[in-house]
Amino acid sequence: MIAIKFIIPELFLSISIFSLIIIGVFLKKSFEIIYRLTILVIISIIFIIFSANFETEKIFNDSFVIDKFSIYSKLLILVSTFFVLLISKKYIIDIKNNKFEYPIIILLSILGMFIMVGSNDLIMFYMGLELQSLALYVLAAIDRDNIKSSEAGVKYFILSALSSGLLLYGCSLIYGFTGSTNFEIIAGISNEFKIGVLFGMVFILVGLAFKVSAVPFHMWTPDVYQGSPTSVTSFFSVVPKIAGIAIFIKFMYLPFKEVLSEWQYILVFMSIASMILGSVAAIGQTNIKRLMAYSSIGHIGYAIAGIASGSENGFKSTLVYISIYVVMNIGAFACILLMKRGGKYIEDIDELSGVSKNHPLMSLGLMIILFSLAGIPPLAGFFAKFYVFMAVIESEMYTLAIVGLVTTVISAFYYIKIIKVMYFDEPRKPFEKFVDYKIHGSIFISCFILVTFFLYPSFLNEIVSKINIF
Amino acid sequence: MIEIGLGHYLTLGAVIFSLGTLGIFLNRKNVIVILMSVELILLAVNINLVSFSIYLQDITGQIFTMLILTVAAAEAAIGLAIIVSYYRNKGSIRVEEIDEMKG
Repeated sequence: MIAIKFIIPELFLSISIFSLIIIGVFLKKSFEIIYRLTILVIISIIFIIFSANFETEKIFNDSFVIDKFSIYSKLLILVSTFFVLLISKKYIIDIKNNKFEYPIIILLSILGMFIMVGSNDLIMFYMGLELQSLALYVLAAIDRDNIKSSEAGVKYFILSALSSGLLLYGCSLIYGFTGSTNFEIIAGISNEFKIGVLFGMVFILVGLAFKVSAVPFHMWTPDVYQGSPTSVTSFFSVVPKIAGIAIFIKFMYLPFKEVLSEWQYILVFMSIASMILGSVAAIGQTNIKRLMAYSSIGHIGYAIAGIASGSENGFKSTLVYISIYVVMNIGAFACILLMKRGGKYIEDIDELSGVSKNHPLMSLGLMIILFSLAGIPPLAGFFAKFYVFMAVIESEMYTLAIVGLVTTVISAFYYIKIIKVMYFDEPRKPFEKFVDYKIHGSIFISCFILVTFFLYPSFLNEIVSKINIF
Repeated sequence: MIEIGLGHYLTLGAVIFSLGTLGIFLNRKNVIVILMSVELILLAVNINLVSFSIYLQDITGQIFTMLILTVAAAEAAIGLAIIVSYYRNKGSIRVEEIDEMKG
């Protein structure tokens, strides 16, 4: 009974999912009420998590752990889901996708992420991962009369199922060679059975890289981002990334911390490849969702650079990075969700041309967000990159830092190209003017955080510095 | 007679696993075949886990296997549903023709 009080957030989430399904089935036209209830559920879980004390607690035979690391990731997941739901509601209604299942599936995937970031055991980790992925497959294909959306679903399903299989094969090898599925026990004896653990580790790394879309396992990202509805894309580009990076950190620093020198090279390679591909491949893109996909691949590269440094500062800088990345991406997608003309949402970058004449505020917001994504001081994106590179340089990995800096400059090109299109090209017909205080408010909050972050940059660091996963 | 030991089972698992992986990459015809290949991969993992579990005299592996079987069923169900919804839009499930988006 004692264990139950530590998983109240998860219990509350699962019970509310079932209640919401029942309400949705029995009420007619239940999308509106379910959507509101979902947001309410998310807010209440934030409060439930805050009301508990932040002590490290291991429950269920040490297979599930509640510590500051998991609490931080959970809060980040909840807050970003909250904003994603806020900005995407109008879009979902406009594309006539207002089925009540939509917010419930999002809640289900959050439950999976909760289990995943809290796991301390391979079995628990796998169950959480699958719960998350199964919900995400459905989300990608949610617009079922649209060929692109269902194609995105098929592609995401095939590649993600393959990656789960690879990851699972790695889990089986690790279990076989160490005789345990518990992360700490694996860490304790991983040196004795190095070859077996290394084999398993490579497979698990492949699976995790798939989930966070790091090169060379990024192939699904552009297609899925472009194909699925924009509301889903904004969810994909933010929330599973947080969970993926969190579990990535956990794997590298907990079960595999004894074989650090072995995974470090793999991660450095992944990070460099992601940064280069993310910055080079995005240059020729004409679809803004596809461009955001490549941009997210690049950002994941920087986040992995922090993990690759292998130090305590490294993973903390990655947490800071991913937090700021979330703020920027939610803002960017809120702007994309404003691009609507003649009742249709548009995704071409050319359509943004001269938008500053007709929509000065939106283009100002998008400009701030894009500058921040490019990492231009004094915006928050600069500090995110700064902390990561500091950690990398502290670990004396100068090649990684130099490649990172060079790719930052290259990627600034395509971000600034959008700004050029917005401000200096011939204006086209204005977008549909609508006032949705949720979208505009989210853009404002995002820009506000990005602009004022430099006033007190150590704010996030002080929170993150209290996190410890060992 | 050869004594059949852990190594044989692991080899069997590795062979089935490779067949599944190759099936996904070499198949150009039908998405259903990919679904079958994914199942093959998961079954290879199950063989691995069960043989490790017997070898280690530890029940955890078998419990893991039961959970994987359940998840594999759920995954197949969702995969088929997605493929059906794709088929309704496109009228074909040939792998080569899944190319609406490129670049």
